[in-house]
Amino acid sequence: MGHQQDAYFVPAKSYWPIVAAVVMFVTVFGAAHWLNAPPGEAGFGKTMLTIGFVGILLMFFGWFRSVIRESLAGNYNSQVDRSFRMGMMWFIFSEVMFFGAFFGALFYARMFAVPWLGGEGHGVLTHQFLWNDYTAAWGTNTGPGHVGGDFQTVAPWGLPLLNTLILLSSSVTVTIAHHALKVGHRGKILLFLGLTVLLGATFLYFQAHEYMEAYRELNLTLHSGVYGSTFFMLTGFHGMHVTLGTIMLAIIWLRVARGHFSKDHHFGFEAVAWYWHFVDVVWLGLFMFVYIL
Amino acid sequence: MAHAATHDHHDDHHGAPKNFFVRWCMSTNHKDIGTLYLVFSLLMFFIGGSFAMVIRAELFKPGLQLVQPYFFNEMTTMHALVMIFGAVMPAFVGLGNWMIPLMVGAPDMALPRMNNLSFWILPFAFALLLSTLFLPGGGPAGGWTMYPPLSLQGSSTAYVVFAVHLMGISSIMGAINIIATILNMRAPGMDLLKMPVFVWSWLITAFLLIAVMPVLAGAVTMLLTDKYFGTNFFNAAGGGDPVLFQHIFWFFGHPEVYIMILPAFGLVSEIIPTFARKPIFGYKAMVFAIASIAFLSFIVWAHHMFAVGLPLGGEIFFMYATMLIAVPTGVKVFNWVSTMWGGSMTFETPMLFAIAFVILFTIGGFSGLMLALAPADFQYHDTYFVVAHFHYVLVTGAIFAIIAATYYWLPKWTGHMYSETWGKIHFWNSVIWVNVLFFPQHFLGLAGMPRRIPDYNVAFANFNMISSIGGFLFGASQLIFLGVLVHAVWFSKKKAADRVWEGAKGLEWTVPSPAPYHTFDVPPVIHDHELAHGHVED
Repeated sequence: MGHQQDAYFVPAKSYWPIVAAVVMFVTVFGAAHWLNAPPGEAGFGKTMLTIGFVGILLMFFGWFRSVIRESLAGNYNSQVDRSFRMGMMWFIFSEVMFFGAFFGALFYARMFAVPWLGGEGHGVLTHQFLWNDYTAAWGTNTGPGHVGGDFQTVAPWGLPLLNTLILLSSSVTVTIAHHALKVGHRGKILLFLGLTVLLGATFLYFQAHEYMEAYRELNLTLHSGVYGSTFFMLTGFHGMHVTLGTIMLAIIWLRVARGHFSKDHHFGFEAVAWYWHFVDVVWLGLFMFVYIL
Repeated sequence: MAHAATHDHHDDHHGAPKNFFVRWCMSTNHKDIGTLYLVFSLLMFFIGGSFAMVIRAELFKPGLQLVQPYFFNEMTTMHALVMIFGAVMPAFVGLGNWMIPLMVGAPDMALPRMNNLSFWILPFAFALLLSTLFLPGGGPAGGWTMYPPLSLQGSSTAYVVFAVHLMGISSIMGAINIIATILNMRAPGMDLLKMPVFVWSWLITAFLLIAVMPVLAGAVTMLLTDKYFGTNFFNAAGGGDPVLFQHIFWFFGHPEVYIMILPAFGLVSEIIPTFARKPIFGYKAMVFAIASIAFLSFIVWAHHMFAVGLPLGGEIFFMYATMLIAVPTGVKVFNWVSTMWGGSMTFETPMLFAIAFVILFTIGGFSGLMLALAPADFQYHDTYFVVAHFHYVLVTGAIFAIIAATYYWLPKWTGHMYSETWGKIHFWNSVIWVNVLFFPQHFLGLAGMPRRIPDYNVAFANFNMISSIGGFLFGASQLIFLGVLVHAVWFSKKKAADRVWEGAKGLEWTVPSPAPYHTFDVPPVIHDHELAHGHVED
């Protein structure tokens, strides 16, 4: 892929970073303003949020376009490639820690907060004086205040199991595509990468279906006490990551179709594949701790 | 496939762009971005400082004097957020940006465009945060720790949460960049254990940042959804627990306080050997001590929560784990002292600040040990003793190290010497008034004065007045600093040598002063005797 420079590539002046900072600001300022708008009045927050969000998409498009062009021009030698790899690895590590916060909340609520409210351990006095008719149990009630009303949990061995199998298979297909890339079989890459995208989209479809069922039939909502909070925030953030991953895989599919990658120069592909495996591993944690146990 | 030309990317090869907007807003140059960080940090230092002046003015006498209690609480909250996320952290990132590539012989940071984004997020994040002061409902007033349910009151929650998200994104990207630079961009021969201690301290700090900033993001996201979307993470009626927030917050918060001190350790470990004209004593021990402190920082968070009613086992575990930190920290203090022992010392301004750091940070460390004792902490918790403790480690610790480093490298950045006389005047004023400011707060805390209140019992009047006088004069002393900086950058006629300080070692002193716009485009040849630690076999 192109000639490799000896010197480390330091990119030229770029307006994308400052554009990125501006659109991020517009997005969050709009969001904050919208959240604080009095009921019934949208204010300018919603418009600002929309503009900011579209701006973020355009910014990503433009920034990655310059990066792809530089890559195709052969600017990125193996040292630059290593920087990108480290960047992606540490980014994924930061994502792991982000999910860690929510898993931590789940474990704490389940192992400490709820039992203590029920009078266990050092929660005995709180229980006695505030909620002595409350019986602590995970996954059937919504806390002593009965926030959100009775609910039922999603059965793990139906859709969630299917979704587990879908995500696991998608990790296999993306790996097959990677091996095909290493030997330069473009047809095979496109097939298996395309399959991965489809599996990701199917997962999201089922997840949406599961949410609707939870809201309509199980009365399991975001308001269903701390169970609903942890359930929807964990699966919701995971779903957002799957969405992002699926979009990235689709973009990589287009790039493969255009011949952007070679046997030994395909960091973009690998970065997305790593991200996909990460999303997969998070799901296994979710399946275990949110659905089964 | 390589039909596009690559040469146009180095059109700025020989100097900075002339256009102001192009140079500062579109930069990919580690020195310019470092300068941006440092200037931003200085601005935030004065904004946060002005909030502190309001606090000390209100506390000058008992009774409500100048401001409403709600505004006072906004000031304590904003002072902390601005100083932590706006002044101290960006100052370290700025110093890292400027110096790490120079110290390891790299042409620039590993990911230069992302570097610029890391910086430019910050002005917007702080515009968002500071704008809440002008909102109809006022700004955040529940303390920088944002404990619910207090922090969920008022209309500023969303603004603060999103500002914290932006700062977190900025820090994570900055940290990724620093790790990639250190691990991937070192010149041949710059082995890991030949790197300056400052570079080591930043490598470890960057790891801490990537590990804990996302946890803070998660915690404030839960605040956001609890307030606006009906979740119950911190609502006991829904089975949640407000203490859960404190656990998640301090899982971030304790590594965070080391994020604010480890680079300071690194800076002092550069400055003391230079002016003692001896290599750092126990180089490897210094590196391992930093790593041990970083590791321990993950298992001590609940010492901030001794008084919330933790199970006894938790209290004991976190008490002992916390006291363990004194061991590697002691190693560092002894090694700084041993470095100076028998050295031929001179006392230029950077060295004065560095020595003050060693002494005063140690005082802060000792009061930290007192706070680490769970039974004693029941007395000290949320009193001015805590305020005195963390201001000793952050002002006379982190900020003094940053000021020392600024004096130390300013000639390298600008090519001019600052005024040594005025530097020393700045030092003596700072070091005297900072003690007048914070030392009496120990007594106030031990006597039982709670923190974060605008009014107090008349019994506390004298020490508060002394503390306020110290505060005003310490604040005023920093205007001297501003003056010294302005003079050095624009008016000083005295040229700096390449090796600014007689005893200075390391790659950064092999380039001209001021450092050219691009350095080490070709990796330097490293002579071990030129490095600070290359000839130290320990």
